[in-house]
Amino acid sequence: MSEAVVALLEVDNLKVNFHTPTGIVRAVRGLSFSLGRERLGIVGESGSGKSMTGRAILDLIPYPGEVLADRMLFRGEDLLTMPKATRRKLRGRRISMVMQDPKFSLNPVMTVGDQIAEAYRVHHKANAREARERTLAMLDAVQIREPERVYALYPHEVSGGMGQRVMIAMMLIAEPDILIADEPTSALDVTVQLQVLKILDDLVTSRGMGLIFISHDLHLVQSFCDRVIVMYGGKAMETMPAAELADPSAMSRRHPYTLGLLGCLPELGNPKGRLSTLTRDPEWLA
Amino acid sequence: MASSSGPMTGPATAPSGSGPGRLTRWGKLLSRELTTVAITMFGLLAITFLIARVIPIDPVLAVVGDNARPDVYEAARLALGLDKPLWQQFAIYVGKVFTGDLGTSILTAQPVISDIKRVFPATLELATLGTLVGITFGIPLGVLAAVNQGRWPDQIARFIGLFGYSIPIFWLGLMGLLLFYAKLGWVSGPGRISIAYQDFVTPMTGVILLDAVMQGEWDAFWNGLSHLILPSAVLGMFSLAYISRMTRSFMITELQQQYVIAARVKGMSEARVIWRHALRNALVPLTTVIALSYANLLEGSVLTETIFAWPGLGRYITNGLLNADMNAVLGGTLVVGAIFIGVNLFADILGRIFDPRTR
Repeated sequence: MSEAVVALLEVDNLKVNFHTPTGIVRAVRGLSFSLGRERLGIVGESGSGKSMTGRAILDLIPYPGEVLADRMLFRGEDLLTMPKATRRKLRGRRISMVMQDPKFSLNPVMTVGDQIAEAYRVHHKANAREARERTLAMLDAVQIREPERVYALYPHEVSGGMGQRVMIAMMLIAEPDILIADEPTSALDVTVQLQVLKILDDLVTSRGMGLIFISHDLHLVQSFCDRVIVMYGGKAMETMPAAELADPSAMSRRHPYTLGLLGCLPELGNPKGRLSTLTRDPEWLA
Repeated sequence: MASSSGPMTGPATAPSGSGPGRLTRWGKLLSRELTTVAITMFGLLAITFLIARVIPIDPVLAVVGDNARPDVYEAARLALGLDKPLWQQFAIYVGKVFTGDLGTSILTAQPVISDIKRVFPATLELATLGTLVGITFGIPLGVLAAVNQGRWPDQIARFIGLFGYSIPIFWLGLMGLLLFYAKLGWVSGPGRISIAYQDFVTPMTGVILLDAVMQGEWDAFWNGLSHLILPSAVLGMFSLAYISRMTRSFMITELQQQYVIAARVKGMSEARVIWRHALRNALVPLTTVIALSYANLLEGSVLTETIFAWPGLGRYITNGLLNADMNAVLGGTLVVGAIFIGVNLFADILGRIFDPRTR
C-alpha cells in the first residue's frame, strides 16, 4: 500500500535564485508540488519560472544560479544531497526533458541517429550495432516512416515536426520515469502540433511515465493534462484538476490570476472585441 | 536529382547520406571552388604584373646597367618585349609564370624559382611547426578558458594570450636565444642546421627534418630539430595566443546553445559535452581562423627569420626589396599569394567536411 503512494517526485519549497551584480533575481520562490504517474501541466506567462522549475529538477541551472529547497525527492531519494555524478546518471535515464525548438536543441554537426544512439549508450552497456537497432526501433515508435534513411540525416535536413519527434525519441530511448516537456510544440506549425502531442501522449501513457508539461497554452493544458499548476512570479497561484479550467461552475473557486489569464483568451465563436489585459497584484507574491 | 535544388533542400527532398547524389554535390562544390581559385589567381597575376610596370625601377637598366650605350639599351628593351602592347606583355608574363619562369634574381644571379624552391621549405618547416604548437596548446587553453569563463583559468589564459600577442617577437626571440642557447645550452643557436651536419643531408624536399628521416640521418635530424625548436616556439607563442582567443570566443558561443543543454539532459558527461558536442561545432569557424594564421606564417616572418638567421621566404623577399631586386620580390609575392589561395581553398574544403550544413 505505502509503496504505491510514494510519489515519483516531491518538491517542497523550491527556490531558484540568480546572484547577479545588480542583486538577487528570484526566478522560483517557494514552489511545492508532487508528481505521480500522471500528466501535470505548469502554465504561466513568460518569466513566471516554469522553465526554471524544470531545469532545477534536472540540476541544470546555469552559473550563477542557485537551487534551494526544503525537500526534493525522486522516488524517495533525496536529490539535494545526492553527489553530482549520481545526479548526472539520473539525467536522461530517470528524468528527461524535451525542449522547445528542435532547430536549436539538436546538435547541427551530428546525424540525428547518432545523437539518439548516444543517449542510449551513456546509460546502457551496448555496442554500436545494438544502439543502432534500439535507435531505429525508437524512431519507428515516434512514427518516423523510414528510420534507416532518417538515421543518417543531419538536423537541418529534417522538418520541425520530424525534428521534435527525433527529440522525443532521443529523450525517451533510455526509458525515464519522468519526462519534462518544456513547451514541446510551441515552435511547431499548428498542423503538426497535435500529431506530435499525440505521439508524446501515447508513449508517456503506455510506459506509465510521469509528465510535467510546461506550456503557456491554456487550451492545450486543459485538454492534455490531468492537473494544472498556475504559476506567476515564481510562485504557484493555484493547483487544480485540468478539466476545471473549462468548467464555468468552478470559476468562482479560481484564483484571480487564473481568471485573468482565461480572460485574455480570444474565443472563435464569441468575439469579445477588445481583449482584457492582465492585472497583476503584488500581494500574490507576498 | 535532389542535389539540383542546392545544399539547403527541404525535408521532402532531403538528400540521402550516400549514393550518386552526394557525389555530384561534391563535384559541383569542387568545380565552384576551383572557379573561384582561377579567378583569384588571375587577379593576383594581373596585380603582380601591373606592380612591375608601375614601380619606378627601369627593368632594362637593371639588366644592362647604368652606363649602357643607347643601342645596347634599345636592344635589351626589345629583348625584354617591352615594346609590345601591354596585353601582349601580360600574356607573355602569364605564359612564363606557368612554365615556372619568374625571371632571374639580380642579387643571387639565380632563377627566382630555384631561389624560392630553396628558401620556401625553410619557412614551411618553421610555419608548420609553429602552427602545430599553436593548435596543440591554443585550442585546449581556449576551451579551458571558455568553460571557466571569468574564473582564474580564464584569467591565466587571458594573460598568456595577451603576453603572446603583445610581446615583440624579436625581443622574445632574443631572450629565448639568450636563455636556452647561450646560458642553458638546451637548444642550438641560429641557422637551420650546424655546419658539421650540413653535408650529411642531401636536399630532396628541402625540409631538413623530412630529408634527414628519409635518409636515416638521425644525428642530423636531432640537430635540425634542436635548431628549429626555439624559433618555432616563438612563432607558436604568437599563433597560440591568437588561436586560444578565438577558440575561447567560439566556445563561449557554442556553450550557450540549446543543443549543449540537450546533451546534458541526456546525461552525457561534462567532458563529452564540451569536447565532443561544443568543440566539434566550434571547429567549423576555427578551421578558417587557423588556416589564415598558418597562411600568414607561410608568408615568412621576417623578424623571426632574421633573429634566428633562418634562410626563409620572408628574409628572401625583404632582401630583394632592400636591393631593388624586383624579380625576386614579385616572384615571392606571387608565390605567397598562391599559397594564401591554396590554404584558403583547403580551409574551405575542411570547413565543409566539418559542417554538414554547407555541403
